[in-house]
Amino acid sequence: MTLEAFFFYAFTTLALGGATLAITRRSAVHAAISLMVSLLGVAGLYLLLNAEFLFVSQIILYIGGILLLFLFVIMLVNLDAGRGLRQFHQRWPLGAAVTAIAGVAFAILWSRAKLPPSQTMPDVGNVELVADTLLQDYLVPFEVVSLLLLVAVVGSVLLARKRA
Amino acid sequence: MDFILLSILKTAIAAPVLLGTLAYLVWIERKVLAHVQLRMGPSRVGPHGLLQPIADAIKLLTKEDFIPSYVNHVYYWLAPWLALMFAVTAISVIPIGPIVEIFGVKTNMGQADISIGLLLILGLTGMGVYGIALAGWSSNNKYSLLGGLRSSAQMISYELPMALAIASPLLIVNTLNLREIVNGQAGYVFGIIPNWNAVGGLQMFSFLIYLICAFAETNRIPFDLPEAENELVSGYNTEYSSMKFAAFFMAEYANIITACSVATTLFLGGWHPIIPNELGGQFIPTLICFFFAGVLFYHALNPARPSDRLSMGVIGAIILGLGLMFQVPVVKDLAQPLFWFASKAGFLIFVFIWVRGTVPRFRYDQLMRFAWLVLFPAALLNLLLTAFVVAAKSN
Amino acid sequence: MNPAAFYPTATDYLRFLPELILTIGGVLLLVLEALTGDNKDKSSLGYLAIAVVLGAMFAVPVALANPGTSFNGMIVSDGFAAFFRMVTLLVGLFTLLCSTSYLSREKANTGEFYLLVLFSLAGQGIMAASNELIMVFLGLEIASISSYVLAGFLRDDKRGSEAALKYFLLGSFATAFLLYGISWIYGVTGATNLVAIRESLAAGTSGNSMAVAAAALMLIGLAFKVSAAPFQAWAPDVYQGAPAPVSGFLSAGPKAAAFAIFLRIFQTSFESFSSRYEPVLWILALATMLVGNFSALWQSNVKRMLAYSSIAHAGYVLVAVTTNSNVGTAAAMFYLAAYALMNFGAFAAVTHLAGRGESHVTIDDLKGLASKQPVVAGLLTVCLLSLTGVPLTAGFFGKFYIFKAAIDNHLYWLSALGLLNSAIAAYYYLRILAAMYMHEPKTTDHPEPVPGGIQLTMWFSAAGILTLGVFPGLVLDYANRFATFVK
Repeated sequence: MTLEAFFFYAFTTLALGGATLAITRRSAVHAAISLMVSLLGVAGLYLLLNAEFLFVSQIILYIGGILLLFLFVIMLVNLDAGRGLRQFHQRWPLGAAVTAIAGVAFAILWSRAKLPPSQTMPDVGNVELVADTLLQDYLVPFEVVSLLLLVAVVGSVLLARKRA
Repeated sequence: MDFILLSILKTAIAAPVLLGTLAYLVWIERKVLAHVQLRMGPSRVGPHGLLQPIADAIKLLTKEDFIPSYVNHVYYWLAPWLALMFAVTAISVIPIGPIVEIFGVKTNMGQADISIGLLLILGLTGMGVYGIALAGWSSNNKYSLLGGLRSSAQMISYELPMALAIASPLLIVNTLNLREIVNGQAGYVFGIIPNWNAVGGLQMFSFLIYLICAFAETNRIPFDLPEAENELVSGYNTEYSSMKFAAFFMAEYANIITACSVATTLFLGGWHPIIPNELGGQFIPTLICFFFAGVLFYHALNPARPSDRLSMGVIGAIILGLGLMFQVPVVKDLAQPLFWFASKAGFLIFVFIWVRGTVPRFRYDQLMRFAWLVLFPAALLNLLLTAFVVAAKSN
Repeated sequence: MNPAAFYPTATDYLRFLPELILTIGGVLLLVLEALTGDNKDKSSLGYLAIAVVLGAMFAVPVALANPGTSFNGMIVSDGFAAFFRMVTLLVGLFTLLCSTSYLSREKANTGEFYLLVLFSLAGQGIMAASNELIMVFLGLEIASISSYVLAGFLRDDKRGSEAALKYFLLGSFATAFLLYGISWIYGVTGATNLVAIRESLAAGTSGNSMAVAAAALMLIGLAFKVSAAPFQAWAPDVYQGAPAPVSGFLSAGPKAAAFAIFLRIFQTSFESFSSRYEPVLWILALATMLVGNFSALWQSNVKRMLAYSSIAHAGYVLVAVTTNSNVGTAAAMFYLAAYALMNFGAFAAVTHLAGRGESHVTIDDLKGLASKQPVVAGLLTVCLLSLTGVPLTAGFFGKFYIFKAAIDNHLYWLSALGLLNSAIAAYYYLRILAAMYMHEPKTTDHPEPVPGGIQLTMWFSAAGILTLGVFPGLVLDYANRFATFVK
């Protein structure tokens, strides 16, 4: 096994294992930490693809920002109080069945698919490439995202603010 | 030479130096604080208390590692080492000098030279908060929890103005590689004013904003709310003792070193001297050393205590030798950049301690309001102005 | 790369003008809202929003006069886009006209409502004009997030909050499907541009199974958004719980925009395997009609009934989509325009009749309306008759063209079942008519005067319904002409 393959499987294990734990752990803090592990695994996969800028953005934004905010909220409202509660409906067999069917279907599709050859990023100048793509080809989506964020901010403030 | 071997060699040099610096930072901080408050500071262990860090280390190592029964064991164990690991790793990408050639081997003065060094530091310090937040949560103690909460909220809030403040000098140097950032600040405006971002680059406001945010990011006074001792006992590390406590302590100091090194790299021109070498910049390290040696010799001749006659004399001689070393041809290339980098970063670290001795702690709501209503708009405005200027220049 | 390699030209902006006007207007409103005091009357902001929407409507022909793609193929300004921009803007205009008085009545008259409507319209405009899956996603999210907040705008209203929460959770879930599909498509074709995807799929030999799976995932996401069965469960609760003008808005505007991207993606990009998704659409259309109509039969709450009816109408449009032909697309476009008129007319009447706190929204509350408020009853009747599909109304021609297109494309069973469905639908619309005309009023209190905005909306939609019922060519000609753009 080459070093790259080893890292690929290691990061994939992190990503998938973390994601599995994130949805199965009962404690909200544990789930959040598992999610962090999963995101780290994904960040590692970016690194393997030479997408170093994405790798760092993933860490700064998701792990250092969003997930930390999750953790903050979990601690603040003490979500672990719900730890002892049992879910009152037991639909996981149905969910598992659907997941299994979907998994099998995807596997069949995957085996028949004709995928374009994978591309790796050029070794250098990654940040410049991202910047050029983002600010030239995808300038409008980039700007429109700010409108999306503005709407989200206005909406959440509107719903959450104190009554006058 | 083999890349891996070279890295191991560099780490073998850097790691003890770093750990030693961490230990002696405590001594420096206590000494400076003491003098700010007209006290003597540590003076019992060794001359001028210089052996105090070693005594502290022995004390922390041999102390009982008490673990309360109600903690969440996994995260309780993990937290301090997470904090320390990320804090120390971040230092590895900081270049403390240019690319030099020693015994025919070309290498950069720094552990790693990567294209996104600055972002990596931001990412690693961002992950370091998990140590504190998890420590607060896993301790299962309301004071600890409040400390962890505060640190995560504070970190998220101050990271925004910090990132904006960092972005403006980046617009000028146009790279994320720390070594190239420093290289971009080489040269002098009008041949005399250093072309550093905070000086000749006119980024003093973002420098100031960065510095303020760095105080918050490293949980230092006036933003040390996660461990505010008169509200939260000791905040997130209340339940920690022995080496785990020491790990948090070291992480905090390592973070200070990182923050100051980044500020040096980004705003103060890294290893570039303050006056051009042609105008005598290369003699400044020697002159400073001679000056301090002179002061020490004066004290040796007029001792306040009997022991000073010997200790001051010896230290003075060492510093004198150091000063001469800056002019030795081969060592010079290595020592001069190191001197400039260390003195700039050291000055900033001194500022950190100085502020701790003089500024009172913020209240929590003031802290948040300050970040969002003062720093954030200021940083945004600064970024906007910089962008306009850079765009106008490039056309 | 040269930093100056890409500069947008003036034409680029002109093609994007309606959305630009809406966005700038929305931001302006946001600032003005902050500047006016908390206790001031915010109706003037509503009028400003109406002016902005009117401005955007005038910008639509400007954009149409400069056809082509802009900003590196992100946005396409063609007749199809212009048509849907116009429909959504019309719905937005109606919403704003009805909501000023509604919000004052509910004591929730703040500027945020108007700017959210404007932003939602901008999102819908982006959806209608997007030529790129990334823009589709962004437009959809902008429109949806504004809608979630609008649905829960009356925060003290428990049903409204419940509606907003359900809408948010299910809507986000649906978006995740769409996004997953988009990422697959990108993986298979390496493109997000709709035309580039089409070319990439056509170039590869037939039947790339991953692309089909991606199309299926996107179909699920879009089916949620147009409330097609079996993904319709959110619609009744949301339309019932949301403020009445918002329900009208949601049932007509975002739905039309969602159909626009539905048509564009499936007819432009996934053309090469249309035969594969046709049976799926067939089942989807039939299920949607059946679920909508049969559930509507038992409802006593008018808003909930209209919600189910809107599901059923989505089913009719899906019949047109199933035909996968220009005639079908034109029929769908005509139907969505007509539906916007008649459905919003009905919701405008409900907005007025519901009264303070929306306490009078059952069919019983409508009893004897004809003798108490004959004008309102008459206008509501026009809308309901059109929803039923009675001749001389827009709804009749809408259904006529849809089923004609279906028969032309040999979907005999689907058209037969669809016609059967419209017959069933007549029952519950007639129930309302019967309650209005054949019962004595329950109470004898004096009816409140109809606010000007609502009156205007109702008159306008009734006039539009009748005009289109007599001269359907006024809109159908455009629809026929513009439908060719997506093929």
